[in-house]
Amino acid sequence: MDKDIGAIQILFTEVYYWVTVVFMFLIHVGFCVYEVGVSRRKNHLATLMKNVMLIPVVSVTFYLFGWWLYSAMVSGPGITGGLVASPFAEPWSELMGPHMGGAPVSESLTADDTALWARLNGVFWAAFLLFSWTTASIVSGSIIERMKSGAFWLVAIMVGSGTWIIDAAWGWHPSGWMVQLLGYHDAYASGVVHAIAGGTVLAVLINLGPRIGKFREDGTPRSIPPQNPWLVCIGLFLIYTGFWGFYAACNIPIYDVQVGDGVFWSATNIYLQAVTLSGITFNFIMSLAGGLMAGYLVSRADPFWTFSGGLAGIIACSAGNDLYHPIQAFLLAALIVAIIYKLHHWVERRFRIDDAVGAVAVHGYSGFLGVVAAGFLLWGYPSSPDALLEHTEAFARVTPWGQFIGAVIMFFVLGFIPGYVLSWILKRIGFLRISRELELAGLDYHMHQRTIRDDDELREALAAEARIEASRGGGAGAPRPAPAE
Amino acid sequence: MTNTTFSDWNGDINAIGPIYPFVGWEVLMVIVLIAFIIWWHFMQIRMENDADREAAEELRTGDNLARALEAEHTPERM
Repeated sequence: MDKDIGAIQILFTEVYYWVTVVFMFLIHVGFCVYEVGVSRRKNHLATLMKNVMLIPVVSVTFYLFGWWLYSAMVSGPGITGGLVASPFAEPWSELMGPHMGGAPVSESLTADDTALWARLNGVFWAAFLLFSWTTASIVSGSIIERMKSGAFWLVAIMVGSGTWIIDAAWGWHPSGWMVQLLGYHDAYASGVVHAIAGGTVLAVLINLGPRIGKFREDGTPRSIPPQNPWLVCIGLFLIYTGFWGFYAACNIPIYDVQVGDGVFWSATNIYLQAVTLSGITFNFIMSLAGGLMAGYLVSRADPFWTFSGGLAGIIACSAGNDLYHPIQAFLLAALIVAIIYKLHHWVERRFRIDDAVGAVAVHGYSGFLGVVAAGFLLWGYPSSPDALLEHTEAFARVTPWGQFIGAVIMFFVLGFIPGYVLSWILKRIGFLRISRELELAGLDYHMHQRTIRDDDELREALAAEARIEASRGGGAGAPRPAPAE
Repeated sequence: MTNTTFSDWNGDINAIGPIYPFVGWEVLMVIVLIAFIIWWHFMQIRMENDADREAAEELRTGDNLARALEAEHTPERM
């Protein structure tokens, strides 16, 4: 019987994550639609290609080393232990491909490894990979219309297959050193996905500089409004929808959470702490509502910032949305959205930061403040069920200072600093920003020129055909004369 | 000849391990993948730099840049 339940648990978990990947894919669709809507017409195609091609670029590197980093870097290394052996996640492992769970061929794996990971490795890998796409895609929107695609993809690899998954190992793993020592709690990734991406974006934007014409001589910003507000709104709606999948993928759907005798099956968060999907549903919706209402008011009904406010509201509460009361989630979302809206415009004016989609504010500031707020609201909570994980020493509890240090690690240490260093190097070698001429003409210049040339040739060819037909004389069935050039 | 490590689907399924072809060649496949990725990025960077340089040269010629800016506001030509 136990064996049957164990098999059903694994099969259900496999299917569950497989489905979350489908929902999370909508986040990327949404980001693409959104970015194209924001970009000017002369940059549409390049903007789309930049975001689409991060899919293969990040996926392959995540296969090669990103997934391994998540398990291997849990202890730092060097903080609570060394590198953790993770043979199932090495790119040459037989478990990184289709496997039926029988005895391993490789000597580095055990029969228990293959029995467990054969059905979970691929779907876990994909779920985490979709977070990687999201993290990279957050960067993508802010830097539109002037950054070289190749440079962006290098940043995407760094954040998507490197820094974010290291922060996940540290603070979003049941045995992560930040969870153990700081009591870090970030159930739905305010910090580990959003703050780190926001910090990276801010650093890249400093080195990249604003779009030509964005700022007046006196430093005040000019508005470059979304070129297609409908696409922007639909894109953000798709991101909301995908965010459900994101939340779903942050849970383990069925797990025996009872320590000692007895059995208690429950969904858990990423820390294996028991949660109810029902409670999370309350909080997801209420934080969305709080963000939308605050965004609407502070932006004076600006659709772009109202929609973005909804997204920022969820992000602001994600660190503690497994435990908050829905009204707390609502109020916290509203408060943080009001703050980040003001902060975005202050930073834009003060430092001439041209963030085309407000990602630093929506993801970075919201994520940072959300992690810090969780430290106050969840003060004293156990960070994770340490005994369930068979740790002999109790983990630290949630505290404001633990969360603050965690937020700083996410936004600055793993977000801002690596982003600044890489974009500075790319700038120094002249591979960060496109030429001024191309920026003025638009990134789709070559494609448009080709289209125009082909279109002109086609017109001439059709006109020539029409003249030949006309010279043969009209009549029944003869084509109509070509329109005047 | 066979490329697989198991004989059929009719025996003990529990005994079946990896089901992809060429088990044992994983390290070589990883090396090939790494080589491809590095080559792809190298080619992409070269392609993008060339395209940028060509566009910049073209746009600096005559009134091409002014005409390109004007075209931005001509929907049927974009």
